[in-house]
Amino acid sequence: MSLSMEGIRPHYPDYSNAPMQRHFSPYADNGGSVVAIAGDDFVVIGADTRLSAGFSIYTRDQNKLFPLSKTTVLGCAGCWCDTLTLTRILTSRMQMYQQEHNKTMSTVACAQMLSTMLYYKRFFPYYISNVLVGLDNEGKGCVYSYDPIGHCEKATYKAGGSAGALLQPLLDNQIGLKNMEIIGDSKLTIEKATNIIKDVFISAAERDIYTGDSVIINIITKEGIKDDKFELRKD
Amino acid sequence: MFDPTSNPPPFWQNGPAPGAFYNFPNTKSGPSDEFQHSQAPITTATSIVAIKYATGVIIAGDLLGSYGSLARYRNCPRVLQVNENIILGAGGDYGDFQYIKNFIEQKIVQEECLDDGFKLKPKSLYCWLTRVMYSCRSKFDPLWNNLVIGGIQDGEPFLGTVDKLGTAFTDKIICTGYGAHIAVPLLREAMEKNPNMSKDEAKALVEKSMEVLFYRDARSFPKYQVAIIDQNEGSVIEGPLVVKQNWSLAHMISGYN
Repeated sequence: MSLSMEGIRPHYPDYSNAPMQRHFSPYADNGGSVVAIAGDDFVVIGADTRLSAGFSIYTRDQNKLFPLSKTTVLGCAGCWCDTLTLTRILTSRMQMYQQEHNKTMSTVACAQMLSTMLYYKRFFPYYISNVLVGLDNEGKGCVYSYDPIGHCEKATYKAGGSAGALLQPLLDNQIGLKNMEIIGDSKLTIEKATNIIKDVFISAAERDIYTGDSVIINIITKEGIKDDKFELRKD
Repeated sequence: MFDPTSNPPPFWQNGPAPGAFYNFPNTKSGPSDEFQHSQAPITTATSIVAIKYATGVIIAGDLLGSYGSLARYRNCPRVLQVNENIILGAGGDYGDFQYIKNFIEQKIVQEECLDDGFKLKPKSLYCWLTRVMYSCRSKFDPLWNNLVIGGIQDGEPFLGTVDKLGTAFTDKIICTGYGAHIAVPLLREAMEKNPNMSKDEAKALVEKSMEVLFYRDARSFPKYQVAIIDQNEGSVIEGPLVVKQNWSLAHMISGYN
């Protein structure tokens, strides 16, 4: 069997007479960042409100946090049309569970369901970076993060979305207290967690064009979900 | 290693191909269930300009159907009244828009037949169109449009948009195509100065945007239509209106030879 390159010429689009083809991609990168921090009896999640594509901003006021139950919130960044579809199916699955079992799905069960739903679309994935937060069965705060095809990892803090790679090391330093010699044993409070989320988003808005406008923060405790909003730079 | 540029030798001459039954001479072999999806828009319409004001929504779009750079059809209306409380505007492929318009009209007729006093609401149409666009993109057979849905629901103005992927969002200002680059900054600035615009102010603003777009967008046209839906006055489609052209500045523009 010969491996010759006979008959195959390189294609230069500028010198071609063939009609121009506009290709279709079913995905779009609509940007956005999500940051979540869990504490002993609470969890805080924040997402920016900018929805963009390329160099244009679609809207400056798009909530990317989806409350799935009284103790569970999902933050989504990436392909917005997939986010809309996934969250729509998720909320209906939550409702079906509620009506079938006469109880609300726990955060842990919800985390597993999300992984299964993402892997179900393994060969035509939802292009979303998901961060699911909530209180577990003991009332402890927990954070689950996913890749687009359903790999799930439990953590105590996580940054995802367009500025995820930018912010994760910052959280490693500020929350994880990695590689430090002297560590005080101060406990993480809600105030500290929300302040770090605010700082971290200010930093992201400085360097990432897909993050900005404002941040919506959800604070989840056993009392319920509390909303907070915080302005970012809008350029 | 598998090399895609090399052709493997046939198993034997004139025999069945692997996975096929038999190749008779002079018949086309290979899979016959191929399907050519539309991958590009043909007859296209340009920007849609839409804003939400204190008591209603305005959607404007010109009347040109372009065939590439050829201004081919000069009377292509693309804003419409769906029912008493919904208006719709569309950019992108005109054929796909006519298909969408068709099935929306069918839906309206079906609802009318039920005669239960219920009318399709703007948020319902917006949600439905989002699902339609997403399902078509998932079959790799997109409807190449940007749809802008306006209306009144529960006494509140509503403005939302869906694109060919099913990307949907609501906002006070929505422009598609070239308008997203040229009209949005104008509208956002005006909206910031005057957040509670009256109908007349909003109309003047849209008029101005259509003028600027006509000067700068090569696929635009001076004739356009405006759909207005208002809490108090109901909905109308005005037009064809004509852009008030002023080229007195043109002779001062030089240096582009």
